[in-house]
Amino acid sequence: MTTNTALTTKDLSVTYVGDREVEALKGVSIDFSANQLSAIIGPSGCGKSTLLKSLNRLHEIQPNVEISGDVHLGDQSVYNTDEPVPKLRKRIGYVPQTPTALPLSIYENVAYGVKLHGEYDSKNELDALVESYLQKVNLWDEVEDRLETPGAELSTGQIQRLCLARSLAVEPDVLLCDEVTSALDPISAESVEETLVDLKEEYTIIMVTHSMEQAQRIADDVVFLYLGEVIEENDVQTFFQNPEKERTKKFIDGDTIVEYDESDDDSPSEAVPAER
Amino acid sequence: MDRYTEQRLFGLLARGAAALVVAVMVLVISVTIYRGGRVFLMDPTIVITPPGSRYMLEGDGGFLHAVLGSIFIVGPATIISAVLAVSTAIYLQSDYSSERFSDTVNMFLNVLWGTPPIVYGVFVLTVIIAIGARTSMFFGIVAIAIFQYPIMTRYTDEALRSAPDSVKEATYGLGATRFETALMTARAALPGVIAGIVMGFARGIGDAATVLFTAGRSTNMPAGPFDGATTLPVLIFDQAMSFNAEVRSHAYAASFILIIAVLGLILVSKLLAGRYARYAPGGRHS
Ligand SMILES: Nc1ncnc2c1ncn2[C@@H]1O[C@H](COP(=O)(O)OP(=O)(O)O)[C@@H](O)[C@H]1O
Ligand SMILES: [Mg+2]
Repeated sequence: MTTNTALTTKDLSVTYVGDREVEALKGVSIDFSANQLSAIIGPSGCGKSTLLKSLNRLHEIQPNVEISGDVHLGDQSVYNTDEPVPKLRKRIGYVPQTPTALPLSIYENVAYGVKLHGEYDSKNELDALVESYLQKVNLWDEVEDRLETPGAELSTGQIQRLCLARSLAVEPDVLLCDEVTSALDPISAESVEETLVDLKEEYTIIMVTHSMEQAQRIADDVVFLYLGEVIEENDVQTFFQNPEKERTKKFIDGDTIVEYDESDDDSPSEAVPAER
Repeated sequence: MDRYTEQRLFGLLARGAAALVVAVMVLVISVTIYRGGRVFLMDPTIVITPPGSRYMLEGDGGFLHAVLGSIFIVGPATIISAVLAVSTAIYLQSDYSSERFSDTVNMFLNVLWGTPPIVYGVFVLTVIIAIGARTSMFFGIVAIAIFQYPIMTRYTDEALRSAPDSVKEATYGLGATRFETALMTARAALPGVIAGIVMGFARGIGDAATVLFTAGRSTNMPAGPFDGATTLPVLIFDQAMSFNAEVRSHAYAASFILIIAVLGLILVSKLLAGRYARYAPGGRHS
């Protein structure tokens, strides 16, 4: 596999301008390689989810967000474009942190995105698509004979794999995954991890994780985000064995005590909210 | 008083209050069912018999005119109001409009909710007079729809808000438009949306003040949308004031029909909601 760049961010800044102003991202420039699994790590509240959502303009669904900079998918700008946002999001899929079945049957969950974009010609084709994507996430054998039952009745681990299948079915180039294993039991988490590793053959995967072990296990590249800034971006080997930055080293060594630069006027309680 | 006495005392108070409310409710419903049910069962045909020419005086015939009036006024009003309410509630969601806007609208809706229905009645009457029209079924529909709208909107808005944000994120993440996402959110909140519409219907079918001087208070069979009509609550009011004992007894029968209709509808909505609750993301159950 070649390691072309699939997605780049340039000087990306995101500010929440609600009741209090939060600079969640402060000029982030990253290259995400194609067909690689890139992990974004960092302490809670450092802007991981914000970064992920800004990659396909998902934060635009909430009010009070200001953004500057740009994201490029290949040659195409994500922000400076006339292309409708839904079309962009079709190419850059997103799997939310909470495993969420849409209020539809298992079959319709997978078929939903395909139907939105009208990318099938017959019922047979759709059936085949649904089956192949459920196979891809190793869920088919478990749900084969209950496709018409509500997706919400599956176990949490199964729902998360259903979410993956649903996102893959719209054939994105890039898949954004926000802590997709954090709500799962260890066994389901492992199965989702395996699925992700399989998937990078065909997709570019960018995942947020708060688990360094997980990043170490399955990622090719690691981006370390800290208080809205990229501290280090490296391949997984270098990152964990031979990090360039002192900060990274401390973080890897489990130094959870957060230090603040003098220039930073954020109070500690604001910048690092307790894990929910 | 120590903490435990305090908590026991409050427990007693809470239980007493609940018991009182339930007792009053059971009393009202059972008196209506007992007295109304008796009259109704003695001669169920009064519900499907048109009123005689001297019905309000002597109780000849039945009150089919009010039953039909209720159906033809509250049915369309509920449909119109539900469509408007669901659209408004969707528009009030954060991804459609600003927080400040939806706060302001919600405040107005609360005011409307608290407005006595007779005020809507007077308002519509003023319009009727201003445009030189006659009171009719049509204006009854308008008045009831205005009355139901804030109730349904608030319920639907609450239901949509309680749908998990991740449904929206997931749907947008698949490349859905705002409208497609709104439909999915409404679907995720369907049990609550249905409950809201049923609440609006129940309030609408039970309200007399809105139709009292907008629908025409007719004592004949309704003949068309621009003809006078009456509804069950208005009829009950008129019947209960009658000097004729039989007409007064019909008031109970009519109340019985109303209560049964509302109970039946709530039951149906529970069943429907239960069916959709299986699909609710995150396993919420209503
Ligand atoms: N909708 C929002 N409104 C205001 N502040 C927010 C919002 N979402 C996130 N933040 C703030 O932005 C910062 C980064 O949040 P987030 O990207 O969720 O971090 P992470 O995913 O790394 O835990 C945090 O300080 C958080 O409190
Ligand atoms: Mg997060």
